[in-house]
This record gives sequence, C-alpha cells and structure tokens, in this order.
Amino acid sequence: MSSSPSDWEVVIGLEVHVQLHTRAKVFASSPWGFGKEPNEQVDPVVLGLPGTLPVVNREAVEKSILFGLVVGSSVPEQCAWDRKNYFYPDNPKNYQLTQKDFPVVVGGQVEIELPGVSRNVMGEHKFIRIHHAHLEEDVGKLSHAGSGSLVDYNRAGVPLLEIVTEPDLRSAAEAEAFLRSLVALLTQAGVADCDMEKGQLRCDCNVSIRRRGTEKLGTRTETKNLNSISSVRDTVIYETARQIRELEAGRSITQETRGWNAELSRGYVLRDKEDAHDYRYFPDPDIPTLRISRETVARLQTLVPENLYDRQRRYVEKLGLPFTAASVLVANRELAEWFEAAAAAHPANPQGIANWVTNDLLRDLAASGAAGAPLTDAVPPAVSLASCPIKPAQLAGLVKLTDEGVISKQQAKEVFAEMFKTGQEALAIVDAKGLRQNSDTGELEKIVQAVIADPAVAKSIAEYRAGNEKAINALKGPIMKRTQGKANPVLIDQLLRKFLG
Amino acid sequence: MDDALHTLSAAELGRRLAAGTLTSRALCEALIARYHAVNNKVGAFTHLDEADVLAQADASDARRKAGQGRGPLEGIPVAIKDNIAVKGQPLTCSSQMLASLVSPYDAHVTERLRAAGAILYGRLNMDEFAMGSSTENSATQKTFNPWDLACIPGGSSGGSAAALAASLVPLALGSDTGGSIRQPASHCGIVGLKPTYGLISRFGLVAFASSLDQIGPMARSVEDCELLLCALASADARDMTCFAAADRALTPAGDAKKLRIGIPKGFLGKGVGAEVAAAVTAAIEFYRSQGCAISEVELPSADLAVPTYYVVATAEASSNLGRYDGVRYGHRSASAGTPVEMMTNSRSEGFGPEVKRRILLGTFVLSAGYADAYYMRALRARSKIRAEYLAALATVDVLLTPTVPTPAFKVGEKAADPLQLYLEDIFTIPANLAGLPAISVPCGKSGHLPVGFHLVGAPLSEAKLLAAGRLFESAHRFAHQQAAL
Repeated sequence: MSSSPSDWEVVIGLEVHVQLHTRAKVFASSPWGFGKEPNEQVDPVVLGLPGTLPVVNREAVEKSILFGLVVGSSVPEQCAWDRKNYFYPDNPKNYQLTQKDFPVVVGGQVEIELPGVSRNVMGEHKFIRIHHAHLEEDVGKLSHAGSGSLVDYNRAGVPLLEIVTEPDLRSAAEAEAFLRSLVALLTQAGVADCDMEKGQLRCDCNVSIRRRGTEKLGTRTETKNLNSISSVRDTVIYETARQIRELEAGRSITQETRGWNAELSRGYVLRDKEDAHDYRYFPDPDIPTLRISRETVARLQTLVPENLYDRQRRYVEKLGLPFTAASVLVANRELAEWFEAAAAAHPANPQGIANWVTNDLLRDLAASGAAGAPLTDAVPPAVSLASCPIKPAQLAGLVKLTDEGVISKQQAKEVFAEMFKTGQEALAIVDAKGLRQNSDTGELEKIVQAVIADPAVAKSIAEYRAGNEKAINALKGPIMKRTQGKANPVLIDQLLRKFLG
Repeated sequence: MDDALHTLSAAELGRRLAAGTLTSRALCEALIARYHAVNNKVGAFTHLDEADVLAQADASDARRKAGQGRGPLEGIPVAIKDNIAVKGQPLTCSSQMLASLVSPYDAHVTERLRAAGAILYGRLNMDEFAMGSSTENSATQKTFNPWDLACIPGGSSGGSAAALAASLVPLALGSDTGGSIRQPASHCGIVGLKPTYGLISRFGLVAFASSLDQIGPMARSVEDCELLLCALASADARDMTCFAAADRALTPAGDAKKLRIGIPKGFLGKGVGAEVAAAVTAAIEFYRSQGCAISEVELPSADLAVPTYYVVATAEASSNLGRYDGVRYGHRSASAGTPVEMMTNSRSEGFGPEVKRRILLGTFVLSAGYADAYYMRALRARSKIRAEYLAALATVDVLLTPTVPTPAFKVGEKAADPLQLYLEDIFTIPANLAGLPAISVPCGKSGHLPVGFHLVGAPLSEAKLLAAGRLFESAHRFAHQQAAL
C-alpha cells in the first residue's frame, strides 16, 4: 500500500543572493548598473590586474548591517572576509571574496504571511529564522558564441548579500511567502531593489523530505541559481514530488546539486557530492577584520522602517482598516507613508482615506503610467508616488468635504477625477464647478413637500406606508431633479421620513 | 667629472642639482652611458626606456628652473623592481606569464615618486614573481653579482641590489616578502630596508604573499635609503593594510649611541660562515665601543620561522597567482579547447618551475583535510614568533644578527636544492612574519664578497634602525665602496 503525499513533510532552506543597492562595487570604486555595454563597468581592481587590492565599500557594509537590523539580528562586533578559491573564467581573480567565519549578519527572523482562504481574509503568519547573511562579490557572465566564449565583467564585484535561512520552510507556499516578505523588507529599507528581471535576486533552494512526525532530516538536494519566485515555488513542488517518488519506489535520495529548467519546468542534476569543489578557504590578507562600532549600529537603527506586518496589524487594529486595504498599503512603503500622511491630515476617517487610496488613487496612477511596469514576481508592482498629482493633504481635504456633507459621494468622484487631472485643491474644484451640495433645510422642506404632493408619486407613497422601505427611493429622483442634483441626500432621506412618517 | 656621476650618492646628487651645478638631463645621460657600458655584464635591468627617461629629466630641469622643484628627489633617477606598476611600462615580474603586460596604472609608490620629482628609471630583474633568493628564477635573464660575476646577487630583488652595486643607478625600489630586499643588499654590499608592514602602500605591488609583502628602499648608503623611504611612506586609501604612520616611523630617534642592542642567542652559531660571524661580531663590538648596551636575548621559536613562512607564503601565493589564467591578460596558450583547458594550459606554459612548486605547495597546505595541520598551525606559529619578537623588543631597541648566514654563492650552485636555498632567508623571515621593520647594512667582506648585518626593530622604529645604520656607516667605508667592473 503506497502512502499518500500528506504522509511526507517537506523541509526547505533557502540561500538568497541579493545585489545591494549601492553606487559603487563592493571592493572597487567602479560604478555598476544594468544595461551597459559589456566590460564598460570595470577598472583595474574589478579585473584583478596584478598589484590591485580590494577596499571594502562602506555603503555595502552598512546596507548589510541595515538588513541585519531589519530582521532583528544581533549585529556582530566584527566581520571579516575569506577567499573562496576556484578557477572559472567569470571570476577575475579566480577567488571570490566572501565571508565564511565572520559574516556581517548573524541570526534574525523574517515574518511571513500565507495566503488566506480568500483575498479578504488574512492567512496564517509564521516566523522563518535567518541563520546568517554574508557580504560577497558577484562574478562576471560567461557566454558561448560560435567557436569561442565571451566574458562580461560588468557584474563582477557587484555587492551580493547571501541570506541563508534555517530549514524552517515547510511548503512551496511558505517558500513563496518568505521570498515576498524578504523582497518587501529589502526594498522598503532601501537595502536592495530586488529586480528579478535584472538578476538582482537569485536563489539556491535546499529541499529534503521526511515522514510526517519524524525529526531526522532527510538527504537534501540543492537546486541552484533560481531567478524568480515562481521558479522557487515550482522547484519545491517538483523536487518534493520527485523525492517522494524515489523513496516510495524504495530508492534513496542522492545528495546532489541540481539545476532548474524554467521552460520545461524540470529539474536536472548538475553534479553530485563527489564532484564538490575544495574551495581552500582562508582569511583574505588584504582586508583587515572590520570592527562594527555601536555608533554605526545606532545610526543605522534609525533608518529601519516599521516592519510591514507590524504596520499591517496597526492599520487593522488601531485604524480599523479592512485587511484587504491594509495589506495593499503596507506592501509598498511609499504608498503606506503617503496614506499615513493623508490620514494624519484628517484623522477622523482613516478607513475612508484608505478606500480612496487603494481603489481610486492606485487605479488612476496605474492608468497614468506612474506605476512601474508590472514585473514578474515583483511584489507589489512598484508604484511611483513621486509624480502623483494629488498630495496626501489634498486627498484628506476631499474626504473631509464628503464626511461633512459638503459634497455627496457621487460628487466626490467627479472632484477626485479633476484633482488627479489638475492637482487643484478639492474645495477649489467644488466651488469652481458649483458642486456644493444643498443642505438648506428650509428650502429642501418646501421641495420635499411639493414632490410629496405630486400625484405621480402617490403610488410609491402608499407602498412605503404599507411597509416597503425601498419605495421611498422613488421620491428622491424628482427631488434631485428639482435641485440640479445638489440636494444633500442624507438630509432628503431624513425629511422624507419625517413628512411621510 | 661626468665619469664619476654614476658613483655619487643620491644626497650628493641632490645637492649638486639644487646648486645648479648639475642637470637631471646630464645625470641621466651619464647613467644611460653607464647602462650601455655595464648592464650586459650584470644583467640588472630588463628594460630601460631611454627616451622616456630623458623626457622626464628635461621636465624635471624645467620645473627646477621655474622654481617648482618638488623636493629632495627632484631629478634623481630611481630604478624599479619589475613587480611594481608604472603606467605605460612593462610589469612582467620576470615571468613568461606577464612577458607582454604593460601596466595601465601607477602603483602608489610610483605616484609618490612622481610627486617627489624623481625620474622613474627602468625595470629591474627579479626572481619570477619574487620567488627566490638568487634571481636565477627570472624567466627573462640572469643577473650577476657585481663583486664577482660568477656569483648570484641574491634575490628576489637581485636586479635592484646589483644595479646599485654596479653604480647603474643611485636609488632603487625592491620588495621583501621573506628577505628579498635585505638578502640581496647583503650579498651586493648595499643598504636595504624592509619597512614595518603597512608603512608603505602595496597598491600596485604585484602580490606574492599579501600578509608579508612590503616595498622598501635600497641604496648605497643609509642616508640615501632614508631619503627614499621618506618619499615612499604615506597613507593610501587603496590599501586597507596601509596606515598613516609615516610621521611616527620617521621621527628622529635621538642618540644612536644610547640604543640597547639585543643579540639573539645562537644566531651566530650553526650554519653561519666564519668570516660572516667575524664581520658581524666586529659590528657588535663597534656598537659596544660607542656606548650601546649589548645584551643577549632568547627567541626560542626562531627555528619555526622558515617552515612557518613556507606554509603561509605559499598558501597566499597559490591564491594570489590564481588570476594568471590567460583570460584577461598575460600568456594565453595557443592550444585550443574549453575555457578551463585554455586556463590550465596557459598556467602550465606561463609559470616557471619554482613558481609552480610554490603554487602546488600552497594549494596542498590549504586543501580540505590538510589546512588544519599546515595552514592553521602555521598561523599559530606565526603568532608565537611575533609575540616572542615583540617581547624581546620591549627590553631592547633593536636585534642584531647577520643578514644571511653565508656570502653570495656561485651561479647554479644551489639551483638543484631548493630547501638549501630556502635557508638563505633564515634571519630575515621573522621580520616579515612579525610585520617588523628591518635593515641590512654592509659591514665587511667574506673573501671578496660583501657581508651585511641585520637590525630588526619594534613596529614603526624605522628611525632607530636608520640612526643605528648611520652611526655605523659614518665610521666605516663599506657603504661607499663600489664593485669594480
């Protein structure tokens, strides 16, 4: 009798390589960026010319420490670099500077949120422990053309933070949720841009399975160089199924390094354990041990943004936002801060403001092209609020006018559209368009009485009095018509009930 | 008078240039004539760009005429070991691997020399990648000891020492990883100083063993050596192991007659030639006669220095020399194949036997399963040696020993016995392992060959070493002796 897949538990650990957002390379002053001509962003140090020496880029170290603070790691007193020796043409010195024994980040955890049963319901939260993160240099790119090989060293020396998790992930969904959280933390703190299309985030995925309820970890495989969240998810699903199939067929799992073919959605063996490199690690003699002062840590601590899930909880619990709106807002720090600025300008109705931001503002921004092109796996689509024509306080002004009954919700939509087009204040548009709603009780009483007296609505009045609540709406149309749509609908409702009651 | 120009000290040349009785052009022309007369016998220089030298000399003379002289080295030629980068000049490290390499940038010391107005004067032969003690490992050419052309000049800065002894140039740069400045200085009867690790930037020095390598000045007198050192020492943000300590290291040391001199126990015994021991003993007696306090000190771990060095230095070298693979620059094998085959073939063809031996040794001592027994153990021994030297130097100002146990040997004599050759550096290696400054000063002869004594001081005590050297030099004529060619 074969067991069902649910008898097995999958255990996943990730190694996430993230290119840090820095001006210069990690050990050289050469700048770096995407889309340059091959070997345009190199200098004698990047190329490893004889006599050149590495100098640690302070910005890259500080971004790494900032990441450590974001995930609540204890920042070590010191960190150091080691040489990882191996021969390959994409590696200009034939050793890579990395951190083996004294990484810049030790410990920490990342909170993740699994999908809820529906979009409107928050899913389960979990904490995934970070083992460590080390700062190293990226390598160049080798490509084969015709009879020869070409190598581009633009990427060589780009600062790469390798974030290593504990084997705490238990499903493809958790792996996916982890990466989404991690990307949000990194981008919101300005540590990295995580643009997967540009190869700024690559992932090695360690997978093993064990019988549910057992402790001992199974033999793991490592699938290398996954460059999208969906590839990680698909690899976990594929590798879990493959390992279950192997074990249930009575075979064993080989500890091996694997690759992933995203087009075919298939994994393949790169090399087994016997082919493992001997990297001959030793401390790099060119870079002295770096002491991390507590002053630096304290300064960087001030740059740590509010954690997105702390923010989400605050929005739901303190501001009373629905989960859906809260989750949309916190996914983008700029958007959340925009929302908070608007909410601060009109503290009475954060829900109303959130509603405008998550529906109307995001929709119009996307339509106007201010949102970044939606990126595969990017979470969320990068919205640029820098060019947003409406300022937070202006949106607050609009919501306030609605809340105070100066304009109706329907009028507010028209005003919003005009604000987005012109950047004017809500009140100015209301006045210019004469949209101010009529709340003059005396004048409206006369109109209401006139409409009630009209025989054309007698049937509706009779129905209302017979208990059909909705019948009252039939009287509102004629009233609006007589007031050119400006009558305060709340007041009309009250007056109708008074006179018919 | 022009006949004698090549024999003058840099200090004297500086005085004449400043007085206007000499131009840099006249000096360089005299040296170029000397080069044509004797370099083919000595083999010190591997490259001399005469037009470039004369253009630099003219520029220097013009600066001086305009009142814009840059300092004590203005107009004075400095020859440079072929592992220190000069923009537009070869940087071969006397290796087939880099035979075609022209440096696209200046080393920090090169920039310092330019800023001081010095003339960058030619490239000097060396053991391939600075690995050797006789300059016989040069893939370019042999260099011979000017005192006896049948003998080696020492190494790896053999070209630098021979050029000075042959009066081809007044000042030269060397580099020292285990004795590569001091040992050839001793063999050629000149002065060579290895500074405190970190005093001079290594930016632009082709790495052999990064934690041991230092650039240093070489000259025919202690005074000239100091002149050059002052121009070289400065902080450099491009070398994280270089620190701003020039002021401390070069602050005048006071009265050299009050120095406390330690004589390490046993260093004048086994393996030291009788005439070497006699010359060094005479130097010790000279200092005693001047009022210096002489005492014996114990350095019990000194025997560990050579094996420790050959583990640490080769481990670092195996990694440092990884970059020479034919992909970006240097020798590329003509035999086609995969990129990795191309790299393998390029390295097999480009490196000489001693370099290969050290790469293999270094690769072995770092390998999984062996690193603990060799590399990690060597690091512990290194710490112990450093601690002993620092403890000894807390009780005395300098330690005095021979620089090399025996004088220069015949070309080819030790070529088949690398282990015997490694013992040439037995007295000089500890200063590299401990990062300490050390100087070799000529003190006599063994037969017709020069002998030097060696002083090691505490970190940044260069001024004391120089003061002690000057005291000796002022009372002896060895310094200004030059080999007859």
